[in-house]
Amino acid sequence: MDHEQIQGPEGLLHALDARIKLVCVALISAVVALLSSVSALMIALFFSLVLIIGARLPLRVLVVRILAFNLFIAFLWLFLPWTLPGKEVYRIGIFSMSAEGVHFMTGITLRSNALVLMLMAWMATTPIVATTRALKALHVPDKLMYLFFFTYRYIQEISNEYTRLVTAMRIRCFRPRTDLHTYRSYAYLVGMLLVNSFERSLRIRYAMLCRGFQGHFPRLASENISRLDVVSLIVVCLVLVGIIYVEG
Amino acid sequence: MHIAEGVCSGPVLVAGLSLAAAGVAYGIKRMDSDSVPKVGVLSSAFFVASLIHVPIGPVSTHLVLNGLMGLLLGWAAFPAIMVALVLQAVLFQYGGLTTLGVNTVNMAVPAVICFFLFGALARGEGVNKAALAGFACGFVSLTLSLIGVATALLLTQKAFLTPVKIVLISHIPIMVIEGIITAFALMFLKKVKPEIMEIDS
Repeated sequence: MDHEQIQGPEGLLHALDARIKLVCVALISAVVALLSSVSALMIALFFSLVLIIGARLPLRVLVVRILAFNLFIAFLWLFLPWTLPGKEVYRIGIFSMSAEGVHFMTGITLRSNALVLMLMAWMATTPIVATTRALKALHVPDKLMYLFFFTYRYIQEISNEYTRLVTAMRIRCFRPRTDLHTYRSYAYLVGMLLVNSFERSLRIRYAMLCRGFQGHFPRLASENISRLDVVSLIVVCLVLVGIIYVEG
Repeated sequence: MHIAEGVCSGPVLVAGLSLAAAGVAYGIKRMDSDSVPKVGVLSSAFFVASLIHVPIGPVSTHLVLNGLMGLLLGWAAFPAIMVALVLQAVLFQYGGLTTLGVNTVNMAVPAVICFFLFGALARGEGVNKAALAGFACGFVSLTLSLIGVATALLLTQKAFLTPVKIVLISHIPIMVIEGIITAFALMFLKKVKPEIMEIDS
């Protein structure tokens, strides 16, 4: 399992300050989640597409992820157009497709894709550590920020441990089947992961105490907001005002 | 278990966000800063465990384990689950930021309820009681989470009823499996590392 972030070559989005990006992402999410008119959503989706092109993600990764999160939306398309009452636009046997249903699902599809593409563009251009520091600058409580940091930091370690345990099971000829033995083995695997993590967390705590940890990490560098950051924030705000105007 | 981005209506999202913010704030307040590494590393363990795929006949399902998380972490399960959901959103695009509140509530409220319902039984003497508590915890937490998902979808649009019914019915075997696995995992923890059950938040 590789949880390294997908990152392409550097571009404009990479250069922006993490705090500014966090604020922009929050603003865009809040506006787009509440949109309902198709034309406003189209503009939002177009804006997300511009961002995702700017993020320069590898095309294959992008396509796989877009298909993956659209699976659930496709599942909803199977039902909603037929079950939402409204004006009939199409009929197969006893099932009638309503204009309201199609409109509702079009809204969901556009909104969902606009939001997720924007999220991908953000994550592909911002290291998680920079986001953690941005959270601190935006006054997220220390404990929550450290919890976020620790969880992220140890996912890779624990997933290595998981791989080690699964290898050990395979060497002993474990084959997953639908039976109690399989479930018990997986449960013990979960238990062992938890026990190892618990012991690891005690060692981490002692190591931090030894190094005089007093509840906060020292800041090594102070970042400045550049002119580019300010311009980007203004552009995002203008685009959002435009979208809200179209929404009416 | 995630509701995707863009599906829920504004009022549902805002309600979810406010409830989640209250729960997370309370969870953080109860958690002292010494236990942050413990909660964090256990939260990453649950993150990794949720990637385990368990076969069920011809298909497979992934574990949720929010009940076990509640049993081990108590109120701290609230911030731990929210953080895990943020990471799932940013690393895999499962769920997202606008649905973070709703998804956190759907996973964390059952976790905390299970802590209060079965925490004492799970911590009591005897492995059989732990097994019983574990099964109930896995089964009930997943059931409550699905009820939460159903409620959020139905409050958005009544026409979600058919897909919601299909999701609920298809999850019944998964609830049982979640129960069995939580039961065995809890028995294992009782035998191997009973200290892990001590809660300091």
